[in-house]
Amino acid sequence: MNPALRLGSVALLVAAWLVGSHLVGSRLLPAPQTVALAIINEARSGALAFNLGVTLLRVAASFTIAMAFGTVIGLAMGRMPVIDRLADPWLVVLLNLPALVIIVLAYVWAGLTESAALIAVALNKLPIAIVTVREGARALDPSLDEMATVFRMSGWTRLRHVTMPQLAPYLAAATRSGLSLVWKIVLIVELLGRPNGVGFEIGVAFQLFDVTRILAYALTFVVVMLAIETFLVQPFERHVSRWRIRPA
Amino acid sequence: MSPAGESGQLELHIRHKSYRVASGGRLHVLGEISFSLANGEVAAVVGPSGCGKTTLLRIIVGLDRDFDGSVLLPAHGRLGIVFQEPRLLPWRTVEENVRLAAPQAGEATLSTLFATLGLSAHRRHYPGELSLGLARRVALARAFAFEPELLALDEPFVSLDAALVERLRAELIELISRRPTTTLLVTHSIEEAIGLADRVFLLSPSPARVIAEVPIERPRSPRSAAELAVIRDKLRVAAVSG
Repeated sequence: MNPALRLGSVALLVAAWLVGSHLVGSRLLPAPQTVALAIINEARSGALAFNLGVTLLRVAASFTIAMAFGTVIGLAMGRMPVIDRLADPWLVVLLNLPALVIIVLAYVWAGLTESAALIAVALNKLPIAIVTVREGARALDPSLDEMATVFRMSGWTRLRHVTMPQLAPYLAAATRSGLSLVWKIVLIVELLGRPNGVGFEIGVAFQLFDVTRILAYALTFVVVMLAIETFLVQPFERHVSRWRIRPA
Repeated sequence: MSPAGESGQLELHIRHKSYRVASGGRLHVLGEISFSLANGEVAAVVGPSGCGKTTLLRIIVGLDRDFDGSVLLPAHGRLGIVFQEPRLLPWRTVEENVRLAAPQAGEATLSTLFATLGLSAHRRHYPGELSLGLARRVALARAFAFEPELLALDEPFVSLDAALVERLRAELIELISRRPTTTLLVTHSIEEAIGLADRVFLLSPSPARVIAEVPIERPRSPRSAAELAVIRDKLRVAAVSG
């Protein structure tokens, strides 16, 4: 994509924000420079880094839990029809439980603890990971499976060299959609029952009607997630698809 | 039909094989097929397309166990197979594909193998970057690197041009002579069978049964057109009387 075009689009967004803040007033929509100043102040006091770090750790932990269980369960459901039929109703229930219900129940049953928060977020992401990986497992090529059987490949070799590369696009899709979903739910979990993190700060700012602070935290975290996507997810994707012939 | 040899590498007795088809009934693919191969023997099974040759091969290598009969394999039962489509892992290089199937193969074995098959320059290439002829060679290299007691080839030369088939055939002959391996070739082409095998089994149309067994003297050596014509005639007569 043309970088100049991208940059122009971002500049347009900032300009629209500037105009908007003049129209509705700085109490409802503070100007970009006010928000930038707030970010710098929060960064100086160390609060920004601390809260971002805490939230990021929660995102990483719950995302890892959800992806690990999602991959195992999705593979099992995609490969074994009996398990698929047994687990499918559970999956439908979990898919359709609102995030808020899972979070509230987790806090009621397990108390306002860190593990309750992480499990609640992971449970929200889990069914989507399962559904995506199950699709991938259903699309596995049986002819490569037969090849692995005839050449007596070990279970580990099969998983690492035959199965996982076929699942890679599905895992990448689950990662993409998963990261953005998980961080949004982590904020709600923090708002409802954690004493720190970006969600907690936004909750405090909401009570004080401090829009500047809400925007300062939200935007910084968006930038962090954007960096993860650009410097972690995309290079990984390029690495696992290096064997594909790219149009010159 | 040959009697079961005492030192047979492969003893095959199929009485009946049928498939359940989508419409409900069963499709009878294989009838009575029995033969045995001795150590180091190269045999070819020839039949019209769709007669169940691939099914036969799948039964022998153990990918299909739903049949009436028995298959006796060599003691250690290491089977190498070259499928009709190369079935390489597209996300691994040529060399990785071979090494993953044959982790025990040493560098010396591999480089000889790659050199014989003209693959030395392609070790680091991905299968998607190879022509069908080259991909078939990688499948061949993989099967040989596995050092099988029984090598099964399913139409290894189909849809390649004549000159390439001739080269690959020569390479295959060289590999078999270097490391004598009991080999079963399945093909629809009588020419291919005559050019490689010590013995040719002729199959009837589906449900397939063996209608003739023709030993080939002096296999895998250059033959004159007249000699080839004689063998072809012999096979034709056998097919008609069978």
